[in-house]
Amino acid sequence: MIPLLSVRDLRVGFGRDPQANEVVRGVSFDLADGETLAIVGESGSGKSVTALSINRLIDFGGGRITGGAMKLKRADGGIFDLMTATEPQLTGIRGAEIGMIFQEPMTSLNPVLTIGTQIEESFRLHRGLTGRQATAAAKDALDRVRIPDAARRLKYTPNQLSGGMLQRVMIAIALACNPRLLIADEPTTALDVTVQAQIMALLAELKRETRMSMIFITHDIGLVAGIADKVMVMQSGKAVEQGELNQILDNPQHPYTQHLLHAVPHFANGRATRVDGQRDKGASTEPALKVDGLVVRFPLKSSFFSRATGAVHAVDGVDFDLMPGETLAIVGESGSGKSTTARAVLGLVRSTRGSFTVGARKASAAQSALPVQMVFQNPYASLNPRLTIESILAEPVIATGGRVDAGTRARMASLLERVGLPRNSLERYPHEFSGGQRQRLCIARALMLNPSVVVLDEAVSALDVSVQAKVLELLVDLQREFGLAYLFISHDMAVVERIAHRIAVIYAGQIVEIGDATSVLAKPKHSYTKKLIAAVPTIDRRHEHFELDTRQVPSLVRPQGFEPDAARWEQFGSDHMARVEG
Amino acid sequence: MRILRAIFGHGSGRIGGVIVGVYLLIAVLGMLGLTPHNPITQYRIDRLHAPNGAYWMGTDLFGRDVASRLMAGVGQSFTVAFFSVAFATLAGTVLGLAAAWLGRRWDGVLMRLMDVLLAFPAILLALLIVTVAGPGTWTSVVAIGIVYTPIFTRVVRGPALSLKAREFVDAARTFGSSSSYIVTRHLLLNLVAPLTVQVTLALAWALLTEAGLSFLGLGTQPPAASLGLMLSDSRNLMETAPWLMIFPGLAIMISILGFNLLGDALRDILDPKMRRAPA
Repeated sequence: MIPLLSVRDLRVGFGRDPQANEVVRGVSFDLADGETLAIVGESGSGKSVTALSINRLIDFGGGRITGGAMKLKRADGGIFDLMTATEPQLTGIRGAEIGMIFQEPMTSLNPVLTIGTQIEESFRLHRGLTGRQATAAAKDALDRVRIPDAARRLKYTPNQLSGGMLQRVMIAIALACNPRLLIADEPTTALDVTVQAQIMALLAELKRETRMSMIFITHDIGLVAGIADKVMVMQSGKAVEQGELNQILDNPQHPYTQHLLHAVPHFANGRATRVDGQRDKGASTEPALKVDGLVVRFPLKSSFFSRATGAVHAVDGVDFDLMPGETLAIVGESGSGKSTTARAVLGLVRSTRGSFTVGARKASAAQSALPVQMVFQNPYASLNPRLTIESILAEPVIATGGRVDAGTRARMASLLERVGLPRNSLERYPHEFSGGQRQRLCIARALMLNPSVVVLDEAVSALDVSVQAKVLELLVDLQREFGLAYLFISHDMAVVERIAHRIAVIYAGQIVEIGDATSVLAKPKHSYTKKLIAAVPTIDRRHEHFELDTRQVPSLVRPQGFEPDAARWEQFGSDHMARVEG
Repeated sequence: MRILRAIFGHGSGRIGGVIVGVYLLIAVLGMLGLTPHNPITQYRIDRLHAPNGAYWMGTDLFGRDVASRLMAGVGQSFTVAFFSVAFATLAGTVLGLAAAWLGRRWDGVLMRLMDVLLAFPAILLALLIVTVAGPGTWTSVVAIGIVYTPIFTRVVRGPALSLKAREFVDAARTFGSSSSYIVTRHLLLNLVAPLTVQVTLALAWALLTEAGLSFLGLGTQPPAASLGLMLSDSRNLMETAPWLMIFPGLAIMISILGFNLLGDALRDILDPKMRRAPA
């Protein structure tokens, strides 16, 4: 039988001399009708370039296909050569036969047009529908991706819809003409984990309904279990391993595949959680950081002159304590208030109420030389591109009134060495370092002042899995060496599992569950924690149905003077409690 | 010295550097009076001579040597352009940074003030200031400087606002860095690129505005020479004595080209990303 798509020895290069700068170096695969191929790899592995080459969108991205063969079987049984096709021919193929969805639903849609217009566009182009017919088709398309109240949503502009809804709209557009091949390029990476689960469920269902083939690109090998039939693992432009789903997941041959699989969370049995430094109830050590009744509200004003009518309750009564040498992970989805909590601890946002005790000192807001430091999410944005590494590392010292002398320089050198950066780094500029190295620099900078607490705000989220693992290792080593307490903010359960001693789950500005990491991950008590953990993709769940849970996060906007009810807690075991749900 | 070497190692920097260098030399010679002839002496019998061996660029209606006047004029025009742009850059950067950093009311008040200044056409505003203060070289400098201040304020404020929200500024705050440190190291240093581009553009505009003011009789006062004044004097004689217009016109054009090339080079050189291994 002829496969739907056959790719042989595909080579793609960039730049003036594409042959010399090959990003994809000889990739071959076949895709049968109704089959799903997952391409897994890190940034720069060539997975997206491979996908973009299939519908030849790569021509617009500055890439050149330098060799190989790509054949598509058309609906009428004819064979279409994707390599030699002209641009007008390809325009007929794209959308009609090969649909595509991208990573960022927020930027893939035109913000000034209603989503209805944008869906109708697809029907107009490929099926020649106009007016009422197009509108009706658009409504059907939205129904198909399970957007409730489709007729009314057609009139919405993208800013009125959430990220998950927008990705559904993108899928609706891609499926408008019943393509026989759908290319999904990291379609859930920009979404929260519970929304990701919904989109994955939707894709799996649509695949069953329409019998279309799919190429699913992801950096997260945990995701493929639920959807793929075949898996191809890519590393630096080559397919290092490919085969059937079960074979790859259960019996990986290549060390790189094994490494990727190792990074996937396994918390059902609590295998990988940290065992060092368990909290000792009997000991009476001072907590490194204690937060009491933290409240952060942003007043809402409709104009300059009017009085505040309400407030966004970003953080609403959060308490926790953090012992020296301990990692407390705060997990939650975007908008839950986890970053606001971190920023309030550092005084980057003003807290409405609440107190912080750092060591023995009471502090109302961040003051200079507080022994709390922060590492930010984006290693590209958190270093001033115009300063040398030496000036960057000197800044905390200067800020606290210190002098940059031989002692400071010696400390810089030893810290750089400690975080694993070359000796000659001091005279260099941030752009000469990779993302992982920059994050190491940020860690070194945070340690310049000998802090007792380090706040890590999504500190490894922007990094690739293998780099992530090394940075996490470094963090754990540093924690042991310097007795650091980490407040680790993250949305990624896989990462949390590997670094946290304790976990606090935050939802709509409030902690709903807190306790020992093993206990929280293996035996979640609060319904939200359960939902969050159930949504994390794991490789143990093959082709399993996801439950479609479309519960929306409650609005955080409250009327002026609103106070939430006092929390009631239920205790489970020695160090694990959950909020009583009412 | 390192900057000079870098400029001459940069393609357009070399050309721009040579042009600006030659102009500076001419300006100095002109101001020191080291010109072929006296720029204000009127050689009555040699009126409206076309360029020849004695008068390289011809003579004007009053029999003054165009080449000598050009040299003196370059000195005069450059003085006004440099000082007025320096004034505008300094004032605009300070105001723009203040507006961005202090935010809220300060931002509102400062930027509305700048809007008021911007609402006037440049030449009209300059005219107003000169009329009030009286004509002269230094009033032209101040007038042109004030006219271009709002443009610099805007150029600085926008990027400064976005820089202020960057994570490295947040990081600096968590160390407890002082405002002045953050503003100079994290904001100003990252504004070098837009500022250099703006300065080279503004130098060109300032030359033209000075020319405009002189044309209206409120800038450089005759019989002293400036490029703009020479250009405006040439207007009525355009057909009979085209050299009167061609040479000052070319002088302005080439100087603007030089500034722009030099500005491009400076922008690249000051960007650490473009810096190759130390030469």
